[in-house]
Amino acid sequence: MSRRAVGAPLSRVDGRLKVTGRATYAAEHDVKGVVYAVIVDSGIGRGRITGIDARDALARSGVLKVISHLNAPKLAYRPNAGSNNPEGSERLHVFQDDRVRFFGQPVAVVVATTLEAAQHAARLVEVRYAAEKPTTGLAGDRTNKPVTYARGDAEQALGSAEVRMEMTYRTARNHHNAMEPHATIARWNGHRLTVWDKTQWVNGTQEELAAVFGIPKESVCVISPFVGGAFGSGLRAWPHVTIAALAARETGRPVKLVLARRQQYFGTGYRPAYVYKVRLGSARQGRLIAMTHDIRAETSSYEDFQEGVLPTGQMLYSMPNVAQTYERVPLDVNTPLYMRGPGHATTSYIVESAMDELAHELGLDPIELRRRNEPDDDPATRRPFSTRRLRECYTVGAREFGWDRRNPKPRSTRDGDWLIGMGMAAGVYDTNRGAAQARVRLDARGSAVVEAASSDMGPGTYTSMTQVAADALGLDMRAVTCRLGDSIMPPTPPHGGSMTMASVGSAVQDGCDKLRRQAVALAVGDERSPLHGVDAGDVVAGDGRLHVKGDPTRGETYQQLLARNNRTHLETLGSFTPGESRFSMYAYNATFAEVAVDHRLGLVRIRRMLGVYDAGRIISPKLADSQAIGGMVGGIGAALLEHTVTDPRDGRIVNANLADYLVPVNADVPSLRAIYLDGDDREADPIGVKGLGEVVFTGVAPAIANAVFHATGRRVRELPITAEALL
Amino acid sequence: MSSELPDSCVPAEAEPASTVSRRTFIATATTAVVAGDLVSAETAGAEAAGAAEAPLSGRVSLTVNGERHAAMIDNRTSLLDLLRERFGLTGTKKGCDAGACGACTVLVGGRRVNACLTLAVRLEGAEVTTIEGLAPGEGDELHPLQEAFVEQDAFQCGYCTPGQIMSGIGCIREGHAGSPAEIREWMSGNICRCGCYVKIVRAVEQAARRT
Ligand code: FES
Ligand code: FES
Repeated sequence: MSRRAVGAPLSRVDGRLKVTGRATYAAEHDVKGVVYAVIVDSGIGRGRITGIDARDALARSGVLKVISHLNAPKLAYRPNAGSNNPEGSERLHVFQDDRVRFFGQPVAVVVATTLEAAQHAARLVEVRYAAEKPTTGLAGDRTNKPVTYARGDAEQALGSAEVRMEMTYRTARNHHNAMEPHATIARWNGHRLTVWDKTQWVNGTQEELAAVFGIPKESVCVISPFVGGAFGSGLRAWPHVTIAALAARETGRPVKLVLARRQQYFGTGYRPAYVYKVRLGSARQGRLIAMTHDIRAETSSYEDFQEGVLPTGQMLYSMPNVAQTYERVPLDVNTPLYMRGPGHATTSYIVESAMDELAHELGLDPIELRRRNEPDDDPATRRPFSTRRLRECYTVGAREFGWDRRNPKPRSTRDGDWLIGMGMAAGVYDTNRGAAQARVRLDARGSAVVEAASSDMGPGTYTSMTQVAADALGLDMRAVTCRLGDSIMPPTPPHGGSMTMASVGSAVQDGCDKLRRQAVALAVGDERSPLHGVDAGDVVAGDGRLHVKGDPTRGETYQQLLARNNRTHLETLGSFTPGESRFSMYAYNATFAEVAVDHRLGLVRIRRMLGVYDAGRIISPKLADSQAIGGMVGGIGAALLEHTVTDPRDGRIVNANLADYLVPVNADVPSLRAIYLDGDDREADPIGVKGLGEVVFTGVAPAIANAVFHATGRRVRELPITAEALL
Repeated sequence: MSSELPDSCVPAEAEPASTVSRRTFIATATTAVVAGDLVSAETAGAEAAGAAEAPLSGRVSLTVNGERHAAMIDNRTSLLDLLRERFGLTGTKKGCDAGACGACTVLVGGRRVNACLTLAVRLEGAEVTTIEGLAPGEGDELHPLQEAFVEQDAFQCGYCTPGQIMSGIGCIREGHAGSPAEIREWMSGNICRCGCYVKIVRAVEQAARRT
C-alpha cells in the first residue's frame, strides 16, 4: 500500500520558489517594454472636478501621457452582475465624469517610462475642485432598503422574559492590508488584452474587464499564479485594474500599475464599520428565549454592499424568537468588500460577546450557557446539520486550555501589574461551494499536470490539490504538478469564502478519478496488459502503477500502459457542481484566549490562545495549522489594533499607512495552538471538507474581548479594544 | 544627512545637473493640489511634450549577490526599485515603500536594511545581498534559514518571506536569536499579514542552532 498524501503533514510544493524569491507576484512578471502608471487620487471627499492642469507633469522628461475624464475615451461599462459586483451596482466608472464620490477616488493617471518619473509627475498634476462636505459617519437617517428576518414574536417574548439585556456594539472599519500591494500589468495585442493581476478570481476579473471595455470575454486573459495575501481584497476588479488597461491602450505600451500602500485604503475595499444593537431575553436557568439584532453598516453612495451578517444570529443558538434588521448607510466612501470571515466575523463577535454578558449576568459558566442553548438542528431552516460538533470543540478546548483553572469572578487573577483573564467564544462560517472544473493530464512518463483557474493567495492550494491528485492517481507527490491562476485554465469560483478546497478540490478529485478509470479501462481491455480481463472495479492505483487490489505484483506502470498503446497522454476534465442539499452546512470553532491587561496603562497583551475546529476533513494538516495560527493573528489585530480612521471633515483616511494602521507584529504574538477535530463531511462535498480560511478567524476577536472582560471586569463594547477604553 | 552614508558615495561635484530639485525629490506624498487657476480641458491630458526618456542623472556601481553592476540611474531611485525594476531581482518585495513593513529587507555590507528607504545612488561600492543570493542555482542547497522556513511552514502567501529570511539572517548574525522572546522582539520590523509569526520564530531558532 502506498503512502497517502492527503492527511500527511507535508511541506508546501511551492516552498522552494517562495523562499528563494522566485515566486512571481503580479508586478513581477517580466513584460517587455513596460512603462509605469501612477494614479492621481482625489483630494476631496465629495464634489466636482472643475479643472485639471497637467502641463507641468507633461513637461517632465519620461512622461508619456496624463489621462483623466477630460480626455479618456468613453468606456462600454456593460452591466456585469458577476465578478462580485454588488447587486444592482452602478460601479465606479473611471474617468467618465467629473464627479468625486469619495476621498482618494482616481481622478487621473500619469504614464511615464520610469516609475520615478511617473511618481513625480503624478504630484505635479494640479486638480481643481468644487468641494462639498462628505458624509462618512454611520449616524445618518438615510439607509438602503433593510433586509429583515423574523421567527416567532421577539418583542412579545422579550416582554415576558425573566432576564432581559440590551447592548450596542461597535466595530471599526478594517482593511485587508495584504503584504503584496494590489498591482496590475496590462498589455494589448490588437483587440486582445492580457493582464497580470493580483486577484482572487481570474475569471471574475476577466469578465469585468470584458464588460468595461465592451469586448468578448475570450479576448481577455488574466494571469495570477501567485498572490501575496489578499483576505478578500482581490475578490473584485477595482478601478486601478481598468486604469492599467486603459493606460496601456491609450499609450500603446504595456503598463505596470502598483497601488501605493496609501492607495489600498481607498482604492480597494474593506470590512465595513458596524453599529449593532442586540436585545436578548433568557430564562434564569440559561435558556435563550429571544434575540433582536439591529444592524447598521457602511456602504458607498454608488453601490449597496451586503454581506452575510444574518446567519449567525439565526442558527448559532436554539431559541424560538428572533428578529433582525440589516441596514446599510450609503456614504461618501468607496465600496466595502468581503474581508476574512465576512459577516460571521462581525456577528460572531457580537453574539458571542452578548452570550458572555448573559453568562455573567446569570452566574453561569460561559461554556455551560452555550451547551444549554446548543440546537439539535438548524433553528432557522429546521434542516439537520451535516455535521456540527461544537460540543466536542468545547470539551476538547476546555481540557487542553485548562479552563477549569479559571476563577469565574472577573478581575480576580493578578500577576504583578497585570490583570489576567481567560475568555472563550464560539465561531461559525458557512460551508460554501461553487461550480468548478479542473483539467488533468497524465503523460507517457507517468507524470501528471493538474490545472485550474483558481488562485492560491496563501492557504496552500498548490499543495493541497497536488495531494488530492497524487492519491487519486496513485502517484508520488513529485510526479504531480499543479498549475493555477490563469483564465485560460478551467474555471473555478472565487478563491474566497473558504470554498476553494471543497469546490476545486472536488473537481480535481473528479478529474483524477475519471483519468484513473480511463487508464484502467485501457489496461483491462488490452490483451498485452497484465491487467487484461480483470474487473475494472478490482484495479487500484498506487506507487505510479495500476494493479489488482490486494496483489501489487499483478499490474503495470502508467508508462508501460501508455507506451504500449502509443498514447502520448491521457486527459480529462473534472468537474464539481454543488447540488441542492437537505442539510445545513457550517464549520465551527471554539476559541480560547488568555490575556494580561496592565491595570495602570490599559495595555492588553495576548498570553496564549487555542482554537479547536470542526472543519471536516483536513487535507493538508501542516498548512491547516498555519491557516489557523494566521487566523488567530488576524483576529488579534481585529480585537486589539485595527481601525481605519476617517476624518469626517473631508473623508480622508488619516492612517493610510502601515505605521499608523496597526497590525500585529511578531512581538504581539506569543503561543498559539490549533486543534482540528478529526472529521469528514461527505454531505458537504465529495472530499469531505468544510473550509478553513474563515472559520479560523471568526471566534478570535470575541474570545479576546471576553478575556479582557474577565481580566478587568470592564466590558468594552467596541472593537478594537484600546488602552484608552480600558483606562 | 544620515550617518549611514557610505564613504564612497558619489561626490557632490560628480552629480550631474538634474531637472529634479532636492525639494521635489523629498516632497511628501500629496498627490493632488488645488490649483489657483481654472484650466481648460484642452490643455489637460495632452500628449507629453517632454523628452521620451526619464533622465538618468546619477551613476552607481555596486555588488549585488557577488556580481558587479555599474548603472546610470535616476537619483530618485531607491535600492528597492533598482533591484526590482532595473535588475529584475524581484525577490526583494515592496510592501509599503516607507520603512514600515520590512518586506524589502536586504543585507548591505552584511547589515539588514530596508531597501525602500535606501537611495541607490548612495551605495557606491556597497555589497548587497538579496534573497536571490542565498541559493542562486535551481538545484543549489538552500541556506539553513530558507530550509527552516520550508520545514516549519513559516509562510503562507510568501510575500513577506524574502524580507523575513534576510532579516532573520541579520537577527542571527547580530546575536539576537538567543530565545523566542528575543527573536520576537528583533523580528518585529517584519510584518507578516498571513500571521506566520509563531513559525517564523521557530524557523529562526532552528537556523540559529544550526549556524
Ligand atoms: S517596503 Fe520597505 S519597509 Fe515596507
Ligand atoms: S506569508 Fe503572507 S505576509 Fe507573510
